[in-house]
Amino acid sequence: MSLTSYFMEATYLVASILFVLALKGMSHPETARRGMFMAEGGMFMAIVGTLIGAHIVTWEWILVGLTIGSIIGIWMALFVPMTSMPQRTALSHAFGALAAALVGVGEFIIRGSEMTVVTRGALGFEVMLGALTTTGSLIAAGKLHGTIPGKPIQFRGQNAINLVIFLIMTGSFVYFWMHPSVIAAFYTMLGVAFVFGVMLVIPIGSADMPVVMSLLNSYAGLAAAATGFVLGNNVLIIAGTLDGFSGFILSVLMCKAMNRSITNVLFGGFGAVIATASTNVGGVMREITLDDAAMQLAFANRVIFVPGYGLATAQAQHAVRELGELLESRGVTVKYAIHPVAGRMPGHMNVLLAEANVPYSQLYEMEQINPEFPSTDVAVVIGANDVVNPDARDNPNSLIAGMPILEVDRAKSVIVLKRGQGRGFSGLENPLFFKSNTNMLYGDAKSTLSHLAQAVQHV
Amino acid sequence: MNPAVLIASVYVFALAAFLGYQVISRVPPLLHTPLMSATNAISGISLIGSLVLAGATHSPVAHILGFIAVTASTINVVGGFGITDRMLKMFGKRKDEGKKAPAAGASQ
Repeated sequence: MSLTSYFMEATYLVASILFVLALKGMSHPETARRGMFMAEGGMFMAIVGTLIGAHIVTWEWILVGLTIGSIIGIWMALFVPMTSMPQRTALSHAFGALAAALVGVGEFIIRGSEMTVVTRGALGFEVMLGALTTTGSLIAAGKLHGTIPGKPIQFRGQNAINLVIFLIMTGSFVYFWMHPSVIAAFYTMLGVAFVFGVMLVIPIGSADMPVVMSLLNSYAGLAAAATGFVLGNNVLIIAGTLDGFSGFILSVLMCKAMNRSITNVLFGGFGAVIATASTNVGGVMREITLDDAAMQLAFANRVIFVPGYGLATAQAQHAVRELGELLESRGVTVKYAIHPVAGRMPGHMNVLLAEANVPYSQLYEMEQINPEFPSTDVAVVIGANDVVNPDARDNPNSLIAGMPILEVDRAKSVIVLKRGQGRGFSGLENPLFFKSNTNMLYGDAKSTLSHLAQAVQHV
Repeated sequence: MNPAVLIASVYVFALAAFLGYQVISRVPPLLHTPLMSATNAISGISLIGSLVLAGATHSPVAHILGFIAVTASTINVVGGFGITDRMLKMFGKRKDEGKKAPAAGASQ
């Protein structure tokens, strides 16, 4: 080994350590930023180490790629709005997976014939996972951005067709593994994996996106780890595994927060069965006027805001913070209750509220805030539905039975901000809206909240 | 890949998985979005594999594939770290006011 190679390996080792320290910093908002500086440093060192130590012979493609990538990356970092974070993240899963898949294809072309069985297995895994994550993430990004309808796209025999596609994909993987000389098997696997990624994500509805995002995150990481096995590169294995496990842990957490299994999310076809299963809850929804709602809020002691995806679509995060601050200045205790699957990706609501300057000490997790609802005067639900549906707790026949919810119905009074009288995304009837202590306030969340703030000022 | 290297790699993988589990399960839900964005940027380390593909051979096909891979992973590294930092800056804001009890949303 030459001296430059040793230098390269040393930068990889340091980078690995810095990556772990960076994630350790993520355990608290105060240390998180410092941690990320470490990761950035580690990444920079590893890149420089590679350029010095990897015997680079042609530079033009590298320089052009780095330049274009940096320009797009900087543009993204500066200008992508916080409300677009879910689709941005899905897109980055696609890019990461695409890079892994292409490196795999390149390795196959250059060294395919001389690979050992183990390397070939890792290569197949890398390319397959990379390809299906690429297209799957693109579909997810499209759904989150609204380019593709967010409703589940389902048809008769879908699971059977998916199973066939899956079998062809894994079959050609095994065939390629056994018979490396059959090049067609490799490219069949690649092509079918691209198709499988699409098929995997189209039947999944937007409300299940937190799980899908986490799963794709996990796949992208594992594809990178497999790249590490193919190239015999430990820093790739470590970084990819960290990413893969982070995604895996998040998927488990998200599934728990919906009381569903991963298989159920992927193959359950949640949207399809709803129409038959929704029960009719008798009763009327009571509307409240803006002034009455403002009165309630202004004279409350404790108010809890419960944001959902509706807050993100209406971009109402600043409006809710203004109302919250106004109430605080009147001596009201204001808290925010965040359900783990509120929004479209893990932590979505926290980021939006942080963007609007809500201090994180006011953001409460479900377990912490639930005991506080009975002593709360007004709970304000903003564009959330299933995560506050008492049926999940009370009605064992409900489709979401057993899903942990924010128990807003135990508050003395509930105000629900909603766009219209229709049902939420899942199409489930929500008995909360018919309770005697619940009042509905229809309209766009953003303008409703700012009007509420004005009305509170005049109380 | 010879057996000794393979076994070493499997060790690295297993230990990284264990370490990842320990470290990441301590991240509060508050920071789950930045976490996803950060791990994504970190796994942009596949950039180093892309660099080798794009530059260390004389194969034109490898150059093209490598070029696309370098571009895609650079977007992830630069964009990912940039956006993560932008998010984390927002979480750091107003901590100096200190008018509330210590970060309830942040304790696990």
